[in-house]
Amino acid sequence: MAGNTEPLSPRAKLAVTAGKAAAAVSRAAGRGSGSVIGGRVALKLDPDLLGRLAQHLDVILVSATNGKTTTTRLIAEALRAAGPVVSNALGANMPAGITSALAGGSDARYGVIEVDEKYLAGVARDTTPKVIALLNLSRDQLDRAAETRMLAEKWREGLSGSKAVIVANADDPLIVWAASSSPNVVWVAAGQAWKDDAWSCPSCGGVMQRPGDDWFCGECGFRRPAPSWALNGDYVLDPHGSAWPIHLQLPGRANKANATSSAAVAAVFGVPPQVALERMYQVQAVAGRYDVVSFLGRELRLLLAKNPAGWLETFSLIDPPPTPVILSVNARGADGTDTSWLWDVDYTQLYGHPIFVLGDRKLDLAVRLEVAGLDFRVCETLDEAVQMAPPGRIEVIANYTAFQDLRRRVGN
Amino acid sequence: MNNSLRLVWVYPDLLSTYGDQGNALVVERRARQRGLDVSRVDVRSDQPIPTSGDIYLIGGGEDRPQRLAAERLRRDGGLSRAASNGAIIFSVCAGYQILGHEFINDLGEREPGLGLLDVVSTRGEGARCVGDVLGDIDPNLGLPPLTGFENHQGVTHLGPSARPLARVRLGRGNGTGDGTEGAYNDTVFGTYMHGPVLARNPLIADHLLKLALDVNALPPSDDRWYEALRAERIAAATQPA
Repeated sequence: MAGNTEPLSPRAKLAVTAGKAAAAVSRAAGRGSGSVIGGRVALKLDPDLLGRLAQHLDVILVSATNGKTTTTRLIAEALRAAGPVVSNALGANMPAGITSALAGGSDARYGVIEVDEKYLAGVARDTTPKVIALLNLSRDQLDRAAETRMLAEKWREGLSGSKAVIVANADDPLIVWAASSSPNVVWVAAGQAWKDDAWSCPSCGGVMQRPGDDWFCGECGFRRPAPSWALNGDYVLDPHGSAWPIHLQLPGRANKANATSSAAVAAVFGVPPQVALERMYQVQAVAGRYDVVSFLGRELRLLLAKNPAGWLETFSLIDPPPTPVILSVNARGADGTDTSWLWDVDYTQLYGHPIFVLGDRKLDLAVRLEVAGLDFRVCETLDEAVQMAPPGRIEVIANYTAFQDLRRRVGN
Repeated sequence: MNNSLRLVWVYPDLLSTYGDQGNALVVERRARQRGLDVSRVDVRSDQPIPTSGDIYLIGGGEDRPQRLAAERLRRDGGLSRAASNGAIIFSVCAGYQILGHEFINDLGEREPGLGLLDVVSTRGEGARCVGDVLGDIDPNLGLPPLTGFENHQGVTHLGPSARPLARVRLGRGNGTGDGTEGAYNDTVFGTYMHGPVLARNPLIADHLLKLALDVNALPPSDDRWYEALRAERIAAATQPA
């Protein structure tokens, strides 16, 4: 376990101080939390700062297409049972944001770090983590991101020499491909509802066979590993076969899967699943996601869904009809500028819900829903959509910048 | 007119990465709205391609799946037989390249295609072509402007028996620098446009239906939302960002 025996060098201290000053200036200028600009300034003064800050911590990295921010929060809560934790809880998940977060936790024992998929191999090299949690990989922002299988390949190469324990989802073939070059893997049967990025074998290209929950390649024998942890309904099954009930304030199957992976991570540090799961109950909303806010006399539940796999998991957790649903989609830089992915989402699952559509790309959504044979209303603003719905709960599903727009409007 | 339509979606396990499933959904929807009895078959790459389809749709995909799809389509032979029976084939991006004589595969090698379109594809030297596209469709087809989203590295050269599907006003299209985008002959169509392209250009979907049914006109449809989307995307493409 890491101890705080080696103090930071004068250069690293200066870098941390300069970073904090830049962050304070950025905050004062009203430009967000300043964590990214602070990290950038600090890394410029001391390029090795991230590694130096991490030296003093037991580092846990979390990466995935979906669920990484939430899982980072769940792991951080669980590990607080064992000692102080520093974490990039706000989702600033590239090296500058990570550096800035770690610089703020000088007396922490654990560093629980969400990492953007593209940066995982580099951050793993810089921070020598004890554990890396890999949850899922699927298509996301293909206009600017690497191809999904290539990303799995890069993870596989980058992690092959790592001494970390890899906690990996056995139900996602791309994750298994990425993790299985590592000597020390804890397999978790966390499920993966979205299957359309793994029909061809990541190893040989053969057609994947997927009977029930199992999967294997009929040609090369690449197959689902036997998991030691599993999500089973509302329970986590630990490696001894004991079942621990999951009580979360966060909704949905995907968050139960995140809790299962988090319990497996916590166990590496000696936190028993019962203790870990009890602590996870504290997590209520993550950077506004899943928050329920009162707005114009209705209760809006804010749900973030950025890609087809995320939308699929989100549809499975919303209240049944006739609960109204508001959908908002943008295609700004942070969202990806191509809206083609809307056609990979099965909107027919919204049959029976009154549907209201907004966002920069509401017309793309309108055509998508028209072709799905759904009734919908196109609205200019959130207020207009909310006022058309009866009092009560409304499920609001939005992609990244659309979600930020909604949070600003409802004052969340 | 014949009241049934057999729609075949080729290899969704390999060539369905950029929402091109939407092309199948749009053709299916617009055919049903015209009272046709539509049967849609999704054929995985370990299954034989049926030869009795009326319209075949092939989407885009990543480099390795593209090579695997070409290998399996050549071995299967069903799509080529369907084409010689006069079936209508509409292909996008990676699928478009596969229908040509050859393309460059993920290993950097020349990979034979099916030769159903007189085109040859290579890999571009410059930056990837990514962004909104606006073009004018070949006047012989009598269709309104083409709108779509391109995301490819490929460059496609047309031979004498392929006609360019469109000329781009904005965007790169075939990437040859001559302003052409896509290619077609009597029954086989190829384009680099995602979007998906038939959701952005529903009258191309109708054109495929007319060819398949051998009719000159279809009952009218309510295209309000398609029209609104087209107007917005065409305006966005022509305005500076």
